Amino acid sequence: MFSNPDLLHFIFGRLSLDSFPFLHDPIILVTLLGVVVGGIAVVGGISYFRLWGYLWREWITSIDHKKIGIMYIILAIIMLLRGFADALMMRAQQAIAFNGAEGFLPPHHYDQIFTAHGVIMIFFVAMPLVTGLMNFVVPLQIGARDVAFPFLNNFSFWMTTCGAALIMASLFVGEFAMTGWLAYPPLSDIVYSPGVGVDYYIWALQIAGVGTLLSGVNLIVTIVKMRAPGMSMMKMPVFTWTSLCTNILIVAAFPVLTAVLVLLGLDRYADTNFFTNDLGGNAMMYINLIWIWGHPEVYILILPAFGVFSEVVSTFCRKRLFGYSSMVYATVVITILSYIVWLHHFFTMGSGASVNAFFGITTMIISIPTGAKVFNWLFTMYKGRISFDVPMLWTIGFMLTFVIGGMTGVMLAVPPADFVLHNSLFLIAHFHNVIIGGVVFGMFAGIVYWFPKAFGFKLDEFWGKMSFWLWTIGFYFAFMPLYVLGLMGVTRRMSQFDDPSLQIWFIIAAFGALLIAGGIGSFIMSIVVAVIKRDKLRDETGDPWGGRTLEWSTSSPPPAYNFAFTPVVHELDAWDDMKKRGFVRPTSGFLDIHMPKNTGAGFILAAISLVLGFALVWHIWWLVAASFIVLIVGAIAHTFNYDRDYHIPASEVVATEEERTALLAKQQA
Amino acid sequence: MSAHSHAHDDHHDGGASHGTYKSYVIGFVLSVILTAIPFWLVMDGVLDSKVATALWVMGLGVIQIIVHMVYFLHMNTKSEGGWNMLALIFTLVIVAIAIAGSLWVMYHLNTNMMPQMDHDMIPSFG
Repeated sequence: MFSNPDLLHFIFGRLSLDSFPFLHDPIILVTLLGVVVGGIAVVGGISYFRLWGYLWREWITSIDHKKIGIMYIILAIIMLLRGFADALMMRAQQAIAFNGAEGFLPPHHYDQIFTAHGVIMIFFVAMPLVTGLMNFVVPLQIGARDVAFPFLNNFSFWMTTCGAALIMASLFVGEFAMTGWLAYPPLSDIVYSPGVGVDYYIWALQIAGVGTLLSGVNLIVTIVKMRAPGMSMMKMPVFTWTSLCTNILIVAAFPVLTAVLVLLGLDRYADTNFFTNDLGGNAMMYINLIWIWGHPEVYILILPAFGVFSEVVSTFCRKRLFGYSSMVYATVVITILSYIVWLHHFFTMGSGASVNAFFGITTMIISIPTGAKVFNWLFTMYKGRISFDVPMLWTIGFMLTFVIGGMTGVMLAVPPADFVLHNSLFLIAHFHNVIIGGVVFGMFAGIVYWFPKAFGFKLDEFWGKMSFWLWTIGFYFAFMPLYVLGLMGVTRRMSQFDDPSLQIWFIIAAFGALLIAGGIGSFIMSIVVAVIKRDKLRDETGDPWGGRTLEWSTSSPPPAYNFAFTPVVHELDAWDDMKKRGFVRPTSGFLDIHMPKNTGAGFILAAISLVLGFALVWHIWWLVAASFIVLIVGAIAHTFNYDRDYHIPASEVVATEEERTALLAKQQA
Repeated sequence: MSAHSHAHDDHHDGGASHGTYKSYVIGFVLSVILTAIPFWLVMDGVLDSKVATALWVMGLGVIQIIVHMVYFLHMNTKSEGGWNMLALIFTLVIVAIAIAGSLWVMYHLNTNMMPQMDHDMIPSFG
């Protein structure tokens, strides 16, 4: 049956038995076995408890922004485990590959790992964390019942997930890119990367990018159009403000990434010469374009974290936020400035003094609004009644850590200094310092802060504190040595070293990575323990922290319709204002509530996109054509589905609200 | 604000005024003319200079974009409570930054990366 190679090639494209790396690589084989055993356990468990129908009806097809937000965060935590496994392997490899020892990762494998680590951590950990938190919180904070386009929201989530799935597939089928996380040409051109790795990279990001862009549009429209009556722009909670700016950045920046990846894809698939060395191509244009997306991207990640810290600081200091309007203006200024600094990522590529000076100065300027924010948080804490709950610990840890990262960033913004530090481990230490100290700490603060809103009980405090201390101390152990090594001139992405005097620093860094592993484990433990002890940790008030914004005015977890009556806003910190003015919760007069209906279309279309992406990677052209046609026809067919909404009957609203009335009465008694 | 936004929850209402038959025809005719002229310029080689042709094509492209926005997307300074205009201004700023910045950056990279050592290189690294 293997007699006709042309037929096989037609059916399977580039895919053959040689494409399965676990047949000859024991590390991947063990991983595969783990995934298979784990996968069978999960599938078996779901089947045993007969949860498939429940999962499909209540989660996979759900257009409820709260459930989609939760699913984004679950996706991010799963991908965090994958991305962190990559990090541990790199740290272990670098700690042992000295004095001629080659370590356990050959360069071919090591290069894929550092690429996958970067791509996964940015696109499939940080982005879903940010998008998930915004999805869950923003409609609640502005007193809305859902996002503007609920179906689109479900579709966005599944596109992001299918992008992640395509990257995961590259682990077992074929290989991943060996180019670094931004796949610079000419290395990523077909001449130097003839395998499927870069194609996996391109199509995973293109599929996930559709989801990111659509969810950006969705949240902008939600914030602009669906705020509760009375909530003017300058009465919006700070997290909603930062979400708005982040989504504006997404909508303005992600098309650039899409376009530049299309051009790279054309170079690889259609023999064009946009970024090749000869025939008029210019690889530097790729680097220029991808950083026009890439720099706004880092602000896309950090702005929502700033928003979380603002909410957390004012809640846990029992004060209104110091300098609300300066916080808003700082956010807007950062939004604009983030578009005029991109060249600082390639000072050394050859531009002259005038260009480098311009971008060096703009980069230094952007630290001013960021510094203003830090002072705002500090002044909010000043004379506040601070309670050191876990979200507040993350916030304080952030302020100390992020300021260090910010200052090394300003050092890198000086072009002559950058000529020394470029591409060194100093840079690696810097961006991990701001991304872990800023985005990751912020997202953990946000998860701990809003978890009781999402599930009706708090996370376990002991394991939460363990997680905070292990992460923070682990971070310093893991990355301060990298600053030292970078100053000594050690470059990034090395898999082996000659100089034995460097080894001790890498061992310290590896120890730090182990501490961080403990931090991740403790975080998961804080969820597990909380689920076990949920009756003790239960929050029946809906307002466990003494919150100030509207999401705390409804029950925990909120009903499907969020608010039985749309709240009316008079002040900034609307819920705090309502509490102070003796707000009485309405207990009668409920009406039918008009809600969007669940649909499986988003999941199905995204799954077809995944097939399309896989077929494109492996050059299985018949499958490309078939899945593309099915995708287009399916998308058009879905537009004829007019059965998109339903009414929650008033009787059901009454029942839900009376349950809450009873719970609240129990609190009073 | 609130009454305004609720009126637009229905998906068939884009927010701005609907066009009339006349405005769609005007938009269509203008678009056809603005598409035909660049084809004519390129295919008949009307202008002697290639640079001039390219500039004309790009200029007509920009006018085409404006025609689409006014006649097909019904954008004006007041639609959607001014948000359309704000979004447009933001977009123009970003596009201008990206295009002007890229031209400046790439021009600089090219001058400095030429294989022959010209004296431009000395101040940049000195």
